[in-house]
Order: sequence, then structure tokens, then C-alpha cells
Amino acid sequence: MAHQHDKPHGYYTGDIHNQFVEEHYDPKNRAVIWRTFWILLFITIFEVAIAFAPIAKDILMVTFIVLTIVKAYFIVAFFMHLKHEKLSFAYTIVLPFVLIVYLIGMALAEGSFLNLWDHLF
Amino acid sequence: MAAEATLTQETPSKTLWSGGKSPFNVSWGKMMMWFFLVSDAFTFSSLIIAYGAMRHRFAEIWPKANDVFTHFPFIEGHLPLAYVGLMTFILIMSSVTMVLAVDAGHRRDNKSVAVWMFLTIIGGFMFLGSQAWEWYHFIHGTEAGAYIMQDGAIYRDAANAYELHASNPPAGALVSPSNELITDKAAIEGIKAKAEHIHGANLVHNEYGHPLFADFFFFITGFHGFHVFSGVMINIIIFLNVLAGVYARRGHYEHIEKTGLYWHFVDLVWVFVFTFFYLV
Repeated sequence: MAHQHDKPHGYYTGDIHNQFVEEHYDPKNRAVIWRTFWILLFITIFEVAIAFAPIAKDILMVTFIVLTIVKAYFIVAFFMHLKHEKLSFAYTIVLPFVLIVYLIGMALAEGSFLNLWDHLF
Repeated sequence: MAAEATLTQETPSKTLWSGGKSPFNVSWGKMMMWFFLVSDAFTFSSLIIAYGAMRHRFAEIWPKANDVFTHFPFIEGHLPLAYVGLMTFILIMSSVTMVLAVDAGHRRDNKSVAVWMFLTIIGGFMFLGSQAWEWYHFIHGTEAGAYIMQDGAIYRDAANAYELHASNPPAGALVSPSNELITDKAAIEGIKAKAEHIHGANLVHNEYGHPLFADFFFFITGFHGFHVFSGVMINIIIFLNVLAGVYARRGHYEHIEKTGLYWHFVDLVWVFVFTFFYLV
């Protein structure tokens, strides 16, 4: 059957509640899991360690936010397996967060403006 | 019906989106879990962004997390970040046991799934206990406390202002809302006479600084904690199903994957809470 190639990592069941079941067992999975764990642990320890280092506050803040996004990437990509889903699905999940970036910009600008306003009047 | 369903599966159409196929190669249950998590992530994002906006607005009197969360069980002294670091470790660890349960499910290894699910539940309870302890200390506050004026200005006891410890403030000294050290005895007595002495934080007062900090802390960590609690309850139900052999009979362990997605999401949110409440 030719269409067997259309479903490389799953199979259809007769069950209406679980029509499509993914099959992606790979013996290397566990190595990836533990590697992800060590990366997350190392980043967290690194963050706690540099929190008290004599580094400028602004640089620390940017470092923490970048490291947080790196940690989020590892959780979503490997623990939640999004890296191995179809690219169209990954984009469906990730792209809406562009709106969150927009909201961050607006809300923080508003907060800073109100702070300035309080000082002026 | 069954024959009809089989027929559509046997003859899928040529184009991806016209039926008979799973265009994203995921089951609808998993896809809907992802869509729910996206909406939940929007809720958490909005809460944390609101926290950020208010923090920018009241930047001068916003508490410093390293002055607020300084305790560690059974150890005396000033230990900021140690306890929350441990909590983060517990949650990451329970995420690992969860993903190992999913992995065991792919191998159809019912016993391993049960063991890893059990460890995940233990991790969840440990995290909830830690959070209760953290809340207790935040609500209970410090022995020295702070003095709050009628207009809401907060004069902290210098013993709690760890950033000033290098300059060895004298006992009984106060720290003004603009972080100036007040050592003059008459001025201190004047403030104490007019102010109310408070300990710890609640939704109205916060001895560490602006009350909104406490409001956001209780709401966001409470909302997250409730997610953890729900996750533990769902994990317990799935664990009991595993013990009863429900998924072994069904032939696949997709339910473990769906609860796993939720559990990792809870871990993901904590990564952001950890950064924005404790680190920056």
C-alpha cells in the first residue's frame, strides 16, 4: 500500500477517540532526556551563582532573561517533544506568542510612563 | 460504521487537508492539549506582564526578592535563592520522571510507566509542600517587621535590609521608602509613633515594600500552585489507570503523553516565575 509512506511516525486505530497514535520509540530518547535534564540543571545553578557576582544589574537582567528563554526552548523542544512534531504544527503553537512580545512592549512602556508621570506631577 | 471508517482510512485523498489523514501527524487529543496550553500560556503571560508593568511603575519602592525570600529549612541565616533553587530542581526532576514515563509508554512497559508516574506524583507533592512553606514565611514575615505610615510609606527595619549590611547599620535603625538609612533616634521615634508596626505580607500590607508585590506574588504563585495541584490529581488518576492496566489493554499510552504535556507546561511556567519573581 503506497500510502503507508504518508504516516511515518504513527498508525491509525479503529478507536474514534484515538484515531491516530504516534509511534516514535527510539532507544536514544533516554539519552536525550538526561542530556536535557543536565542542561536545565546547569543553567539554573549558573543563574543562582551569578546572581551574587559583582556584575552590572542591567547585564545580569538581560542574561537571566536570555537563559530563561533557553530553558524554555529545551523544555518545549525536548520534554514536550515539539522539535520532533511537524514544522507546520510547531509554527501553529509558537507563532501566536508574537502577540505576547507586543504586549510586553506596550505594558512595560505604560508602566514606565506612569512612573515618570508620578514624578512630574 | 466501522467498515466505513476503515474505508476512509484505506483510501486517503491526495491533498493533505481534505480528510482521511492527520495533517499535523498528531492525534486530536494531543493537538487540543497543545491548544489549551497555548491559551493557558497567554493567561500566565498576561499576569506576569501585568506584574512587570506595575514593577516599572513603582520601581523605587518595589521589594527586592533577595530581601524577601531568604530562608532555608533547618539552616539559620541569610540565604536568598537557595530555597527557590531547590524548588526549581524538584520541579525539573519531576518533569524528567514524567518524560521517562512517556518514554516507557512508547516501549509498552506498563511497570516502568507506573514507577515513573509514581515518582512524578511524589515530586509534585514535594513542590506543593515547598510552596506552602514559602507562603508561610512570606505571610509570617520577619521579627523586626516594618513601620507603615498612614499614606502607605513603608519604613523597614534596617535588620531586614540586607543590601545595607556592608555598612553595618546600628540596631533599631530604619530604612526609608527611598532606601535612605535613618539612624537619628528622635526621627525613628517620630516615625514609630505615627506608624503602624506590621509583620509579613498579605493582600493589604507588605512589610517588604509595595503591597502590589504581595498581591501579584500570591496570585501568580497561587495560580501556578493550583495548576501543580491539578496536575498531581490528574497524574494520580492516570497512575491508577496504569495500575489497573487500562493502557496496556488499549495498546497505547497516549494519555501519558497528554498529561505529560500538561506537567511540562507547569514546569515551563515555573521557569518564568523563578526568573521574574526571584532573579531579576
